[in-house]
Amino acid sequence: MSFTATKFAHPPPLPLTSTTPRSNDKPLSFSFDHSKPTNPSSSSSCSFFLASTRKLPRFNSLTKPHAQRRASSPPAAAVLLEQTTNLLITKEEGLELYKDMILGRAFEDKCAEMYYRGKMFGFVHLYNGQEAVSTGFIKLLKKEDYVVSTYRDHVHALSKGVPSRAVMSELFGKATGCCRGQGGSMHMFSKEHNLLGGFAFIGEGIPVATGAAFSSKYRREVLNQEGADQVTLAFFGDGTCNNGQFFECLNMAALWKLPIVFVVENNLWAIGMSHLRATSDPQIWKKGPAFGMPGVHVDGMDVLKVREVAKEAIQRARRGEGPTLVECETYRFRGHSLADPDELRDPAEKEHYAGRDPISALKKYILENNLATEQELKAIEKKIDEVLEDAVEFADKSPLPPRSQLLENVFADPKGFGIGPDGKYRCEDPKFTEGTAHV
Amino acid sequence: MSADPKVFLMGEEVGEYQGAYKISKGLLEKYGPERVLDTPITEAGFSGIGVGAAYYGLRPVVEFMTFNFSMQAIDHIINSAAKSNYMSAGQISVPIVFRGPNGAAAGVGAQHSQCYASWYASCPGLKVLSPYSSEDARGLLKAAIRDPDPVVFLENELLYGESFPVSAEVLDSSFCLPIGKAKIEREGKDVTITAFSKMVGYALKAADTLAKEGISAEVINLRSIRPLDRSTINASVRKTNRLVTVEEGFPQHGVGAEICTSVIEESFGYLDAPVERIAGADVPMPYAANLERMAVPQVEDIIRAAKRACHRSVPVAAAA
Repeated sequence: MSFTATKFAHPPPLPLTSTTPRSNDKPLSFSFDHSKPTNPSSSSSCSFFLASTRKLPRFNSLTKPHAQRRASSPPAAAVLLEQTTNLLITKEEGLELYKDMILGRAFEDKCAEMYYRGKMFGFVHLYNGQEAVSTGFIKLLKKEDYVVSTYRDHVHALSKGVPSRAVMSELFGKATGCCRGQGGSMHMFSKEHNLLGGFAFIGEGIPVATGAAFSSKYRREVLNQEGADQVTLAFFGDGTCNNGQFFECLNMAALWKLPIVFVVENNLWAIGMSHLRATSDPQIWKKGPAFGMPGVHVDGMDVLKVREVAKEAIQRARRGEGPTLVECETYRFRGHSLADPDELRDPAEKEHYAGRDPISALKKYILENNLATEQELKAIEKKIDEVLEDAVEFADKSPLPPRSQLLENVFADPKGFGIGPDGKYRCEDPKFTEGTAHV
Repeated sequence: MSADPKVFLMGEEVGEYQGAYKISKGLLEKYGPERVLDTPITEAGFSGIGVGAAYYGLRPVVEFMTFNFSMQAIDHIINSAAKSNYMSAGQISVPIVFRGPNGAAAGVGAQHSQCYASWYASCPGLKVLSPYSSEDARGLLKAAIRDPDPVVFLENELLYGESFPVSAEVLDSSFCLPIGKAKIEREGKDVTITAFSKMVGYALKAADTLAKEGISAEVINLRSIRPLDRSTINASVRKTNRLVTVEEGFPQHGVGAEICTSVIEESFGYLDAPVERIAGADVPMPYAANLERMAVPQVEDIIRAAKRACHRSVPVAAAA
């Protein structure tokens, strides 16, 4: 199950910008030969990625100083990729990626606007800044493939093909939403699109995703279903990687060679907890080899690099060679949720990552390589604006869920159970599922 | 914390962030990072660590960002904390407090909106407290921390934003409340309404309205879900002869069910009307605001139930 250089037949990624020094200007950290120990001190430059240590001294009495490890960058690549001048994407691919990222960004901006206008409520976690991860991975999937997301799930849903109207309506709490208003911001589901849900608790989605991957393998190997080669992507953040469910599932996924990719969106902050203050060894990708699977670190602000890594990891899963752990170094441009005052992140850090906006970077790449004209890109942005105006109008005009819907869907059993509107226990109410959506 | 150096607070975002709901504001500055510990997102891990620390003489206060997340740690709350004193024949006591917001919040969907009172109250070895006012919060939390047993302390997110008048007695540093005693928030003679946490406020509002219509309601703030103050409840019912129980949690096997049983066992002959039980709807919490409102008890539901108990006319299809 080694992931060797020869399997990486694709041309290597080009840096999108070459002027500013970035942590990812190092080669990608493919450490697929996990029999060899890696040496964290082989690279000693203190990257910005690991720079949020300003408050660490407070902890000196309870934790051992980890300055050495924290100051180290992801180790030098086991496999060095030489740069070539080949383009990474076709025009069509470039425009598809650009469109998806613009959609993700503009959708979230619209959410913020609608939240402040009181059209949506509760916890709303926006994805701004992390678009390269969702787009880079999900756009490579087939419709049959599964996506399992977190509370920050709107954009994963959009990338997977759930229409903007359905997501927006769900956020407005309307009957036309993808879950008829019963799920909400953190719980987007779409059976049609094989979006297995937004899971609101940390680590909760990982076993579910691992189970989905298990079902693919089971269908193929036990039920002999030809073509049951679905791949599951499990998205989660840096904070989750300290949670036991993560480790338990890495073990089982590798043990059973399940077709899954564990995608860590390491945006460096779990609400107000710095990754570096929460994690003994902040290089998450290293936990892959520890469980017998490849671990990869990639610049999550660069959709083309993400796409390269994603392509191989997804193909590997589809070939039946087992799971991969991919750590995408990214950043969220807004607070944890719209309720987060976001007081703990250093403005300099925010500014640094704002300068590495993944959408601007892709745009630059497309224009510099003459894949499309400025007008073509503008046309996409305009189109997305129209799509979102339409989605908002649709959501706004959609009806609220009717009172009768309150007691529906509690059980799949059409006889129904539970306590009915009359306060009586109803287990044989024939009208119980009347009006239930067929999802 | 100032009285006992063995007391420390641990949980997610309790330190530098000053608490996800700013409940631990200023504590890090006052007591330092050794006693106000920011943990990674590892409920099972840090709850277990807290229990272990309590086995060996410390008095941890473990904060769950919300009690919904306590489900990831429920093994430690029940198996490690609640049962140890019994299993060790009294050798190992577990003086720990698990605290955080509980109950229905607003617009956050099914996984973040749920009342755990009856869950934890069904488990021997645990004490379960649920404050309503500032007085309750101060007095009960101090009692919980001083208590030698594991205490589940259920606060309410929506009450964090409410202010309550407090007396000088409450502000006194020696102020503390007994565990297992309910408080009669309002005296009345026609119907008893039991409630805890946010529902106490609703019950008081309902009582105001009922008073205008000539019904005198007695409102009991349970404060302690386990041990349950059965004597206060029964004494009140023997006086008013009618009972309405109110809770946000699910109806089946709920706190109201237990209160109802207690009254039927001890005061059946005193009841002039069937016990009315107001609870959350028997469904996972929906996101849509209009459905969400229907899924949790409202003041008007309490009013209707109280009137029904007093044999006043009410419209049909009033429950839920």
